[in-house]
Amino acid sequence: MNRPTLIILKTAVWIACLWPIGLLVYGAFTPNGLGPDPTARIEFSTGYTTLMLLTIGLGITPVRRLSPHLNWMIKFRRLVGLFAFFYGTVHMLAYVALYAGFSVQTMLDDIAKRKFITMGVATWLLLVPLALTSTNWAIRKLGGKRWNLLHKLVYIAVICGVIHYWWQVKPGVILPLPFTIAVAILLLARPIQTALLKRKAKAAASGRQVVQRPG
Amino acid sequence: MLIRKPSDIKSSEITSRDHYVDRRSFMRGALSGAAMLGAAAVGADRVADLISPRTSALAGTKLETVKSPLSTTGETLTTYQDITTYNNFYEFGVDKGAPSKNAGGLPTRPWTLKVEGLVNKPQTFDIDTLLKMHPLEDRVYRHRCVEAWSMVIPWVGYSLSELLKQCDPQSKAKYVEFHSYFDKKVEKWYYEDAGINWPYTEGLRMDEAMHPLTLLTMGLYGEVLPNQDGAPVRIVVPWKYGFKSAKSIVTIKVTDKQPNTTWNLQGANEYGFYSNVNPTVDHPRWSQKTERRIGAAFYDQRKQTLMFNGYGDQVASLYNGMDLKKNF
Repeated sequence: MNRPTLIILKTAVWIACLWPIGLLVYGAFTPNGLGPDPTARIEFSTGYTTLMLLTIGLGITPVRRLSPHLNWMIKFRRLVGLFAFFYGTVHMLAYVALYAGFSVQTMLDDIAKRKFITMGVATWLLLVPLALTSTNWAIRKLGGKRWNLLHKLVYIAVICGVIHYWWQVKPGVILPLPFTIAVAILLLARPIQTALLKRKAKAAASGRQVVQRPG
Repeated sequence: MLIRKPSDIKSSEITSRDHYVDRRSFMRGALSGAAMLGAAAVGADRVADLISPRTSALAGTKLETVKSPLSTTGETLTTYQDITTYNNFYEFGVDKGAPSKNAGGLPTRPWTLKVEGLVNKPQTFDIDTLLKMHPLEDRVYRHRCVEAWSMVIPWVGYSLSELLKQCDPQSKAKYVEFHSYFDKKVEKWYYEDAGINWPYTEGLRMDEAMHPLTLLTMGLYGEVLPNQDGAPVRIVVPWKYGFKSAKSIVTIKVTDKQPNTTWNLQGANEYGFYSNVNPTVDHPRWSQKTERRIGAAFYDQRKQTLMFNGYGDQVASLYNGMDLKKNF
């Protein structure tokens, strides 16, 4: 991919990622701009966007592996991941300010009594180390292997996020279902793709040489 | 289509429209004003309908009302816009905005309300009879949903006790059951995934039903109820969570057994039979200590929830000696 195309794509991704928060900020300064229940709108929109970006981020690797021409997608993974953390943080701060009213007691009560809030906090906490180690410096410092291992935490985080959504909705409401399916497919795609690649490599290897090496 | 005669319109009714901002009502109000000035009165409603068609032929028709001492004062009214576009009416869809889009087909005329069961004079009332049986009162009530949002709503109606007295409940009558309208063809958005047993059923204890605050409601903002708010006749019990106030009722059954109510059957640990507004009893998934006022700015929505939704001085005595944490 050439440089101008990359710049255009990056700009487009930045605009797309800023769009949801832009709508909220615009709505906040317009009469009735956030609808009848602004608190719920802010909380839902930021939470939904977090899950959406986490799911998209999770999709980059399996999609990229489909073709060598898609390798450029990796250049967007950090951006998408950091935006997911940004929306998750706004989501959490909106809860602290608009739901708990900055009351520590209310927050502790919620975390102790309400499992969907406990799960939400857990999700955010899992994302913190990932955001902190997102710089090139951190990757060098940790070494690629350890960094990769640490960033596997995102799998747990996204699962926690989906569970958080299920526990928050009324019994019988199936809004979190599309996310659940997408995340399940994207997580299962990884071992399946790895197994397929191994088999391909094996077939190629056995075609070339008779002696099979162990492993 | 109802054609309004000039004699039906009082100037006071027109100025009362300034209390809320609603494009459609404002336009119709302005046109009615023009009619008052001697223009074509008969055409006014027709023109308003052409500009902005109503979802129902009757919603929005002016009602003649009197003031009520039972009205709540000192609160900012929620706008007509918010009261009519932010609804829980699962027969017309789960989203808050769904009922205002989908409830247009609710056949509010002809409509009858049947009172049956343990009454000496079982009767079936036509909606037009109900509208004339007793003077219609403007009653502003706080409305607190179990989902922790709230509104302040100027309902129109009269105490349910006025209707029940006409039917002469028997001494063994202990409870009153309300059944909402249900027709899968009209309400095809009904919420079936959760396995709700339709029709929507709610209930009150006899003394709660006879309490003057319990309102047989037929209007909103001085006009006939819009369909999405439970037209043509609904119950409003201001000291209980909103789901206790059944919409679009067709039957009132007086019984000696505690009714099986819709949300209580769905989840008895989440929705008690009494469901009095109570900041000390949390819903399993959220605290009931505070509420979000609909229509307020995002930084100004959070309000303290009051015991019995602030109607404790009038209704607390109904529950003397009862453990309200157990009987939530």
